[in-house]
Amino acid sequence: MFGSTPQPPQIPPAKQPEQLAPLPMPKEMTPPATANRMAIVLFSGTIDKLMSASIMATGAAAMGMDVEIFLTNWGVWAFRKDDYLTNTRVSADYADKRGVLLEQIAAKKVTSWMENLEGAKEIGSVRITACSHSMTLFDLQLSDLEPIVDEVIGVAAFIERARESAMTLYI
Amino acid sequence: MSSVTITREIDARGSYCPGPLMELIRGLKTAAEGEVIAVISSDPGSKTDIPLWVEKSGNELLTVEPLADGAARFIVRKHLRK
Repeated sequence: MFGSTPQPPQIPPAKQPEQLAPLPMPKEMTPPATANRMAIVLFSGTIDKLMSASIMATGAAAMGMDVEIFLTNWGVWAFRKDDYLTNTRVSADYADKRGVLLEQIAAKKVTSWMENLEGAKEIGSVRITACSHSMTLFDLQLSDLEPIVDEVIGVAAFIERARESAMTLYI
Repeated sequence: MSSVTITREIDARGSYCPGPLMELIRGLKTAAEGEVIAVISSDPGSKTDIPLWVEKSGNELLTVEPLADGAARFIVRKHLRK
């Protein structure tokens, strides 16, 4: 019964694609995190997402992690001076919930995302940087942003910080 | 339990995650070694977060008292990080 090995059907070898260029591979695999840090790419400028990002940052700061928040595009837009005072933008995919969300925030006196970030900075090491590309795109200088933003940096500088981090969120 | 003197009580009811934890952290920051402070929270997240933070930060959770309104009173002793 087990004596003879059935011969598998002969399958012609798959056609080799014509000389594909090898994918550029890094010399080594990504090294393990070396910093007790949470990195956040904050792309969004709507308060539902800003609120989530600010709570994540606060939680990480409370648990003793450093936090690096990199603002890009609408993230930068939301940090323009005084914009947060009148920002009631909500993600377009939940536009139908905007009214109820704003009502609940007011009724429950929920702390604003800006206050959360200030709190996170107060208890931990939190650095907020703005993407130089977005700054150029929107014609902004660091002085046009809320003072909570520490610096304008390039993407490579952020990637380097994220590479060392224990986790990176994209919000 | 031997009697403990609570030197400060922070009522953080009506504050949402991570507000009560932040109140506790702020409260402990200015407390002296061995001082005991209490924080009252109505946020369900505090039931996981406060004990976890207290342990991680090297402080001491003496007790958690459930209150009639569903909130909880966390009593924490400050220990300076060694």
